[in-house]
Amino acid sequence: MEIDSGRKYIYSDIELDRKEGQIIEELKASSQEVVIPDPDEWLEEEGLKQNIILTTVDWFINWGRRSSLWPAICFPACCAFELIAANGPRFDLARFGMEILRASPRQADLMITAGTLTWKMAPNVRRIYNQMAEPKWVIAMGACAISGGIFASASYAVVPGYNHIIPVDVYVPGCPPRPEALIYGIQMLQKKIAKRRNLDIGKLSRR
Amino acid sequence: MTVALSGKEIANQILEKFPDSIIESSEKDLVVKSESLLDVATFLKETPGLDFNYLNYITAVDYYDHFEVVYMLSSLEHNHSLVIKTRCYDRENPVLPSVVGLWQGADFQEREIYDLMGIRFEGHPNMKRIFLWEGFQGHPLRKDFM
Repeated sequence: MEIDSGRKYIYSDIELDRKEGQIIEELKASSQEVVIPDPDEWLEEEGLKQNIILTTVDWFINWGRRSSLWPAICFPACCAFELIAANGPRFDLARFGMEILRASPRQADLMITAGTLTWKMAPNVRRIYNQMAEPKWVIAMGACAISGGIFASASYAVVPGYNHIIPVDVYVPGCPPRPEALIYGIQMLQKKIAKRRNLDIGKLSRR
Repeated sequence: MTVALSGKEIANQILEKFPDSIIESSEKDLVVKSESLLDVATFLKETPGLDFNYLNYITAVDYYDHFEVVYMLSSLEHNHSLVIKTRCYDRENPVLPSVVGLWQGADFQEREIYDLMGIRFEGHPNMKRIFLWEGFQGHPLRKDFM
């Protein structure tokens, strides 16, 4: 069958069909003598090899912690919309193990401070932070959370940065930051958590 | 479309009942003496034909030598509106009568004006700060606040 000269696309159907036929022929020719073995040969191994992995305590604990960061709901202003977008299906925070926004700070270990903080609200934010169980982390999201943003120099009512109220781990700049920026900040936090030391060996041995 | 009533015409109606209660009036608004604000407001709300039963907003302006408080009223029955203003010349301890008894919606807005401008509304059931905290020094929307 000849290729139609007035064809619409770069590849015509017949070209694709021929290529497909070629692939099938090659696969058929090369598969005549081969028998793929059962991948479950570990079933025959001795028990010890199946059940023991060697790693460090720090790596294991940190892996568990960084892979399931659950944010507390503390979104005082407009950055929250970017956070909501990041949580939605397009940017999909669930890929990083943190799709659940906890209404109770007792069940959360990450506070994403999305928005301007006024002094009137500051005691409540600190209270939410204090109610979160250790270990806990804070991401300052947006210019207002970092430094007070546009309100930094002149306002009588705005806290000039969350780090006056609570310790901040990662700063995500932007007004507001795009969801990509927030996700990048979360990945930075995960890298930070991965470096955390959980056991003080010196302290343990002194006991 | 809501019809904005002429301040001049309404002022004439008010002056018939409360002489010497209006400072000035124009096509778009009328300025009431603060002593007769409650009388005028009650008159505007309860007179058939006017029936200003809805308070759109209250706001306040600082003109350095006096504060001006602006009330926008509407009638949902007749679909017309009116802006009335009143002035307060005391800067140290400005006091105006509260209109919460006439329009419940004035509650939070009078508290906001007290919070940010420092004008105290007499007769308000809960006259305290709303946005800022108790103990905050000064009233931030005043022109001389720094």
